[in-house]
Amino acid sequence: MEELINVVDWSRAQFALTAIYHWLFVPLTLGLGIIVAVMETIYLKTKSEKWLATTKFWMTIFGVNFAIGVATGIILEFEFGTNWSNYSWFVGDIFGAPLAVEGILAFFMESTFIAVMFFGWKKVSPKFHLAATWLTAIGASLSALWILVANAWMQYPTGCEFNPATMRNEMTSFAAVALSPMAMSKFFHTVLSAWALGGVFVCGVCGWMMLKKRNYEHCQRSLKVGAWVGVIGIVLTMVTGDTSAVTVAKYQPMKLAAMEGLYKGNHEQAIVAFGILNPSKQAFDDQDPYLFDISIPYGLSFLATHDFKAFVPGIEDIINGVSYDSEGNEINTVSYAERMERGRQVQDMLSQYDAAMRSENRVMVDSLKNAINTNFKSFGYAYLEKPEEAIPNVPLTFYTFHFMVTVGGYLLLFLLLALFFVYKPDILNKAKWAKWWYILAIITIPLTYLCSASGWIVAEVGRQPWTIQDLMPNKVAISDLSAGYVQITFWIFAVVFTALLIADIGIICKQISKKSQTDLDTIKD
Amino acid sequence: MTTYNLLQNYWWLIMSVLGALLVFLLMVQGGQSMLIHYGKPDKRALLINSMGRKWELTYTTLVTFGGAFFASFPLFYSTSFGGAYWLWMLILFSFVIQAISYEYRSKPGNIYGARFYDTLLLINGIVGPVLLGVAVATMFFGAEFTVTKSNILNVQAATISQWGPSHGLEAIACWKCLLFGFMVFFLARTLASLYFINNIDDDEVNKSQHKLLLVNAAVFVVLFLATVAVILTASGVGYDDSGNVQWVPMKYLKNYLAMWWALVILLLGVVMVLFGIGKTLWKADYRSGIWPAGIGTVLVVMTLFWVMGYNNTAYLPSLLDVQSSLTLRNSSSSEFTLTVMSVVSILVPFVLAYIAYCWYKMDHKKLTSDELNNTDHKY
Repeated sequence: MEELINVVDWSRAQFALTAIYHWLFVPLTLGLGIIVAVMETIYLKTKSEKWLATTKFWMTIFGVNFAIGVATGIILEFEFGTNWSNYSWFVGDIFGAPLAVEGILAFFMESTFIAVMFFGWKKVSPKFHLAATWLTAIGASLSALWILVANAWMQYPTGCEFNPATMRNEMTSFAAVALSPMAMSKFFHTVLSAWALGGVFVCGVCGWMMLKKRNYEHCQRSLKVGAWVGVIGIVLTMVTGDTSAVTVAKYQPMKLAAMEGLYKGNHEQAIVAFGILNPSKQAFDDQDPYLFDISIPYGLSFLATHDFKAFVPGIEDIINGVSYDSEGNEINTVSYAERMERGRQVQDMLSQYDAAMRSENRVMVDSLKNAINTNFKSFGYAYLEKPEEAIPNVPLTFYTFHFMVTVGGYLLLFLLLALFFVYKPDILNKAKWAKWWYILAIITIPLTYLCSASGWIVAEVGRQPWTIQDLMPNKVAISDLSAGYVQITFWIFAVVFTALLIADIGIICKQISKKSQTDLDTIKD
Repeated sequence: MTTYNLLQNYWWLIMSVLGALLVFLLMVQGGQSMLIHYGKPDKRALLINSMGRKWELTYTTLVTFGGAFFASFPLFYSTSFGGAYWLWMLILFSFVIQAISYEYRSKPGNIYGARFYDTLLLINGIVGPVLLGVAVATMFFGAEFTVTKSNILNVQAATISQWGPSHGLEAIACWKCLLFGFMVFFLARTLASLYFINNIDDDEVNKSQHKLLLVNAAVFVVLFLATVAVILTASGVGYDDSGNVQWVPMKYLKNYLAMWWALVILLLGVVMVLFGIGKTLWKADYRSGIWPAGIGTVLVVMTLFWVMGYNNTAYLPSLLDVQSSLTLRNSSSSEFTLTVMSVVSILVPFVLAYIAYCWYKMDHKKLTSDELNNTDHKY
């Protein structure tokens, strides 16, 4: 059993490591892709060589970042098979389809047109080149769509039915999988946050160049596009963040409770604006969950349901299966102890199903199949030893959620100001504090990356211990490997990806530094 | 034959097309393995920039091949990838180091220097084709695994696919698999020479590639004949409609004879490959050998996939428990998923068409040193 836990932990660590590294590069690809495409569109419309120079400046950085995003991405797809083989069979019928569509529709689009984008300036017409740049950016977003559809399905399994004969889940509606509310909110929230990150990146780099008094006009041109994309991105990220919260409250109430460190729910539930969790707090121990907190009345009820008076269940309520409707009547949802019992009954029935199939007892087969499907949504609970096992890591989920929201609010303010200065540059030029604004813009880049990573930590840690919500816990999803094997590959990944990250940062910094020293503003129109 | 069986066969056809295109595009890896022959920076740059405009297609085809396998035959994905862990991890590592090397090698601030990245390209150029060949060879010669789907009900040991303790290293030590791997490697090098001759306008590179083509093609032909002989005399796992599974001597030869059209396509493919190589070697000014040889390669590889999976054949035989062998029938996705995916696959010709169009637009003018000296973006 100890060995099994080790394999699970190391497999999780390896997936987390590769996913975190991958997500360092993907949002910049998504955000900068759009920014570069807009810049090239302006170039084609104005025929201004200055816009061409600005487009190429950002395109070079896009290229460096794109390559390492591709490198870290291949591992993630194959890790589903190498480290999570049970998972691959159990839900491959549903999960594999979006990955294949991603390959056919998105990856080929990106890989074909990126070659035209970088090498086709003198080989294809300007319009075809522009189309290639847009198709590269769209391909990247389409790629994000399909992988996020797959991820959303793990959080909210829908459009499927368990087949006891094949011992796996099988798709019954592709539309339900692809267009589930979880998938849509996840896609828009993630991609639009990448636009915000792209905008911040442009602001930060331009801040550095302006601090060094280099290429002022080029910076103004860049900021004009970057700040707009950033503002649109952050505003829509907030709107979709609200949708995400409602979706999570509906389909993953335990995650929402962990995000807020809420153990006992209430009507008119307040939201914690700032708080420090009590580290010794455990479920059902009657300790105060917070050492200190500043709360906004009604906030969580409104965030979760858009109703100030609604009841929001806490961790203990969810485990006990207690909630209330809008009229205040108690709704006895199913307690986790009951779910564990139902899950075990399903397991017993599955054992009998095999025997019934072999003896060709059709009546028994049909009866078992119906009973299995009725209770299948509790299947994963059979693997839990106690209900508390289904509580995610509350402190990590709580702090990353609050960090994400706080920094998100700051980004809105920062990007609005950046946009304001684009149209009122004299205010900044005459200000004695301009230097500090540029420094703030530089510091905002790593802050935005941390914010983006925090969002993923909330999404993924908040749904633990499930690989597939309610159906498959991590410990059942893994491959038949020894912990030592996964440990070795974990460290190899850690070393290789860190070395590549160092090179990536080195190249991007050098590119920015080197190109900023060439006079991009003296190019004649 | 039921609709479900037809869909399973159709998806195996799609896998064979993707697998065949992947083998053809491994010419990029073959080209990378030739960097060792070029010391002069300008000639090396020509080779790298020529391949650098295609590497993403190979990469994408590999990823799509994996994704399509996941979607259409998930039991293979979970059994082979989770089982032959080291084999697949080595393949993946070799592709990770490739992905950044083109973009980073000539950029200032790359920390480790151009030679470091060229070495990474060389490693991928050798390891990639050899080990991908080894992985495909296990699908002919079998592997040590069992599949017990009911294991998922066992809380203590729930994994349904279990592999031998060496987890893929045994395949790398198997001479038949290695023979297959090195055959793929020398094919990749042969195709790379044909591609360079077609794509690069430089006398020195042209001459050296003709010499390399002669040597690599000769080795490839010998290895190919040996590999075909081993495959045709090998036992495979067959099954009947009632689900009886057993080893069948010379199964793949029997499959070629039973599917005569596959044999015809195999022979046509072989002739096209030999024609592409032969005419390029024979006529110094003939530069289009990559096309007949490339199409021939695709045809040959497709037929190998067909005899591997069609005609009631297990495409991944189990050496431990023949009943666990993976077939198109017991390892595929559901009928519904295959139907949905088949609708998506209608877009494949469209994708191939825009790839071909862009390839034509980008390559109709050959790569020269002058172009490299006058371009903003080069590797």
